[in-house]
Amino acid sequence: MSRTIVPLSQLSNGASGRVAALNTNGRNRRHLLDLGLVTGSRVEAIRRSPAGDPAAFNIKGAIIALRSEVSDQILVSLD
Amino acid sequence: MDLTNQSWDNKTVYQAFGLNPIQGQLVMALAGNPNTGKSTVFNALTGLRQHTGNWPGKTVLKTEGTFTHKNTRILLVDLPGTYSLLATSADEQVARDFICLGRPDATIVVADATCLERNLNLVLQVLEISPKAVVCVNLMDEAARRKIRVDVKALSRELGVPCVPTTARDGVGLEELKDTILDVATGVIATAPRKVTYEPSVEEAASRLEAQISPFLPGWVNHRWVALRLLEGDMSMIKAICKQMDDNARKIVFKDGAAI
Repeated sequence: MSRTIVPLSQLSNGASGRVAALNTNGRNRRHLLDLGLVTGSRVEAIRRSPAGDPAAFNIKGAIIALRSEVSDQILVSLD
Repeated sequence: MDLTNQSWDNKTVYQAFGLNPIQGQLVMALAGNPNTGKSTVFNALTGLRQHTGNWPGKTVLKTEGTFTHKNTRILLVDLPGTYSLLATSADEQVARDFICLGRPDATIVVADATCLERNLNLVLQVLEISPKAVVCVNLMDEAARRKIRVDVKALSRELGVPCVPTTARDGVGLEELKDTILDVATGVIATAPRKVTYEPSVEEAASRLEAQISPFLPGWVNHRWVALRLLEGDMSMIKAICKQMDDNARKIVFKDGAAI
């Protein structure tokens, strides 16, 4: 069964997936890797701010808020 | 070309970072991810004898404090909490500049025992710059509560530097931490950090660049690491180095002397 791949920004609260790819390069990519978003990392959507953006994600044990322009660039395969 | 020895003496280096260590005082850096209890470690070590200040030309706060261990006076510099040293933010740049260019006698990296994996990114980055490092595995009580067991001995072996388990808020492990950082700073403990090896093409380019930039860098700056940053096109690294050079050195490095 093939898994569905979606941008991280589309994960609803409580849903989780594994990082499949980062759609960015250079410093931006480096920054995401430093946050723990390496291929295969598990990410869970925790909650959203009232306006829906930014949203908070559990990445390797730390809760990190990402704006949707950033989480759009992160592709995850749904659990 | 030996321009570097005059322009990079200890006093000038420390002054560039706004520090004035007294004679015989060791300078140590405290790094770590955000929310690892880094400030608790800092306060526990210095007994709140601290004062905050600004890095020159920066708006990011830096804190320094002092303590004495086994008759050795130590100046501890609390760096901003960061996930990385690769300078995507002002905080990371401050931390990186100090560890790379500030010539600390030792660097303590505080890591969160409850999510060690994500903390090891920064640990490895620090070890890539400076072999004189100690990992403080903090929040051991919280880890035990969550039934996480950290094999600190195995971690030390894997990383090639001493790792000390602590619960800083209860003062647990701090004596061992102080003993260890003193021994690393004074060379009683010799460290051999795990080396990060990149793919052959990167390694080859890095060593070629390293050979070319080495004459312009003082011996205690990690030339390989600077070469790797330059390969990444990291101009902030060049700027940070140039800021500490005097005008003559800058003129030699940049033939027109005005580029940066």
